[in-house]
Amino acid sequence: MNTVVMEQRKKLHPHKFTLWVGIGSILMMFAGLTSAYIVKRNQANWLSFELPHWFWYSTGAIVLSSVCIMLAVRSLKKGEMAAYRGWVGSTLVLGVLFIVMQWMGFRELWAQGITLVGNVAYSFLFVIVGFHALHVLGGVIALLVLYIKILIGKADRSNLVPVQLAATYWHFVDLLWIYLMIFLLMIR
Amino acid sequence: MSSVATLQGAGVHDAHHEHHHHETFITKYVFSQDHKMIARQFLITGIIWAIIGGFFSVIFRLQLGYPESTFPWLEDLLGHWAKGGKLQPEFYYALVTMHGTILVFFVLTAGLSGTFANFLIPLQIGARDMASPMLNMLSYWFFFLASIIMFSSLFVQTGPASGGWTVYPPLSALGDASSGSKIGMDLWLVSMAMFIVSSLLGGLNYITTILNMRTKGMSMTRLPLTIWALFFTAVLGVLSFPVLLSGAILLLFDRNLGTSFFLSDIVIAGKILPNEGGSPILFQHLFWFLGHPEVYIILLPAMGMSSEILATNARKPIFGYMAMVGSMFAIAILAFLVWAHHMFVTGLNPFLGSFFVLLTLLIAVPSAIKVFNWLTTLWRGNIRFTPGMLFAIGFVSMFISGGLTGIFLGNSALDLHLHDTYFVVAHFHIVMGVASFFGMFAGVYHWFPKMFGRHLNNTMAYIHFWISIVGAYLIFWPMHYEGLAGMPRRYYDYSNWESFKMFGGLNQFISLVAMVVFAAQLLFVFNFFYSIFKGRRVTSTNPWGSNTLEWTTPIKPGHGNWPGEIPEVYRGAYDYAKDGKEFIPQNVPVGDDETTHG
Repeated sequence: MNTVVMEQRKKLHPHKFTLWVGIGSILMMFAGLTSAYIVKRNQANWLSFELPHWFWYSTGAIVLSSVCIMLAVRSLKKGEMAAYRGWVGSTLVLGVLFIVMQWMGFRELWAQGITLVGNVAYSFLFVIVGFHALHVLGGVIALLVLYIKILIGKADRSNLVPVQLAATYWHFVDLLWIYLMIFLLMIR
Repeated sequence: MSSVATLQGAGVHDAHHEHHHHETFITKYVFSQDHKMIARQFLITGIIWAIIGGFFSVIFRLQLGYPESTFPWLEDLLGHWAKGGKLQPEFYYALVTMHGTILVFFVLTAGLSGTFANFLIPLQIGARDMASPMLNMLSYWFFFLASIIMFSSLFVQTGPASGGWTVYPPLSALGDASSGSKIGMDLWLVSMAMFIVSSLLGGLNYITTILNMRTKGMSMTRLPLTIWALFFTAVLGVLSFPVLLSGAILLLFDRNLGTSFFLSDIVIAGKILPNEGGSPILFQHLFWFLGHPEVYIILLPAMGMSSEILATNARKPIFGYMAMVGSMFAIAILAFLVWAHHMFVTGLNPFLGSFFVLLTLLIAVPSAIKVFNWLTTLWRGNIRFTPGMLFAIGFVSMFISGGLTGIFLGNSALDLHLHDTYFVVAHFHIVMGVASFFGMFAGVYHWFPKMFGRHLNNTMAYIHFWISIVGAYLIFWPMHYEGLAGMPRRYYDYSNWESFKMFGGLNQFISLVAMVVFAAQLLFVFNFFYSIFKGRRVTSTNPWGSNTLEWTTPIKPGHGNWPGEIPEVYRGAYDYAKDGKEFIPQNVPVGDDETTHG
């Protein structure tokens, strides 16, 4: 049996590879949304907007959370389970915080009269930011599962794959947010 | 690492201890994680959809062929859709829309790729299962969920979606626009969202499996062309479906939350709508960015399977293996760069249009390379006319006939006249619909023995083939003339126009042939289900004398595919008629005195 396993084991774990292809797929969705945004931006009837302050704070939170998940992977590699639990927990908290701050940002926009139904620029803003938040929520759920497994002692010390998968996805949603933030700042 | 070990180990375990392994009916036939069972689930669901979608076309052809007649049995069957035995215009549109949706997505995407990617990828590359059997199972169940939702939309009071399979706004975005724009349209969008999830989960798995799970010796250049085709199909799917998803989501927002992504300056029944600033053309861009690759998502698997079947049954190596792979790669790239040729008449900048003309016509180059290679593979071959082979040859015929008219439509100047006429209907039905169906039939006839351990009945298969190929040409060839004469598609009744009255007899003829062809498909369906239980048993592991790895498994392989170790691969898949041997399977080591690959 081992020979079969060895024969079929290649450089990259199949689940990691699947995740990378999946990330490509998600990127295409945001490419679709942002290019539709650019097309509309160049047509008449486009009202500019200012990004809410909360989006800056949330950017800080998600960047910080990326550092935490990196440290989580590092501590599991060293076998430091207490630190591992701590870093996964911090990533989780910062992830939840990010979503809450996005929500606060939406509230700030509403207060300025910028709502989903209104100018098409505003609709795009809500849909793009909202969809990114949904993807972060997916990551939060994955982290939660990981964290619960650690708490009830079901985490496999020798298996780095789950946390590496979570980390890759988490860095992706982080970078995606930075891209969207720059995109929205430059093209309004 | 450990999950690979578990997965591969599980396969070995299953195969070795099949007698001790307790598989319930539910885990074996319903929530199965065995790629071969999932493939059969996709195939059978696809066949059920094909019957429904095909039957819809018979009903609306009845209206087109006999616009003056009434058929009381129609009212018994369809209720208020056919009041007084005459199909109502709203439901005519609903049937046309559902016919397109069902055939394009549920049959020729899920039914075709879902079946053969699942079935053939692990078997032909030498893997025990997919990279993630769990995701694979989910892929089928998302498809099943999408099917249930789409099917239920047939039974709502106002009918299913009826704005055409392309669901252009504003018709699709405004509930008040038509009866088919109401709840039926919402169900369409939700069903398609589920469908896209299914197809993404499937695609991720296919790509990962092909790149990561090949057996020892199975380098990329030794892959059978089927696998290359399924690989490119999956890549197209994971890159283009998300864009359609974003379009569908924006459309859902427009419909239900009052946004104006695709709506502007609209008046319905004298009432001005508040929507401003949107653009319906934007939806067309998002739709066709998927929509065009979708054509190749449908066509590439048929190309791959036909290549394989042609070489096997011509008893000759495929001509120009690398050229075949290269041209599929070129087609996959170009598929993303030609979407606006569906939009020449939308007011697209003519300068931009000329780029799309050029890129569209460029597709003729890889297509011609493929056709040339298929014909040269057949040239002086020792051809066995099995049913699978006949359908593969039929595929090539359809691809040529339908492909040539693509050159007309790809010219923006000609397209101004031909757009939205029956010329387009003829073109895409032949090149994408019938051709892919032929590829699919070729695949079913060829791999049925591996799927079910029995053969299909040959007599019924030959009747099925001849009626289908002659019938398909009789149906779609005359439509070119109707289209050139300017007859628009999607109309309910042509007898009101003086200029199209002359086509009354022709339309009747087309409708009659369509019914005969539909009956021939029912014969196939009968043959299929009959042969699963009563067909002639397969007695040898390799009934076609084929080189690929699936024929090295037992006649009815268990979960895990090979009872012992996975065979090692020493050569490409097309060593036919070599060194005096009829065929040399991929797992036979290269002999010292063997000539090099020609």
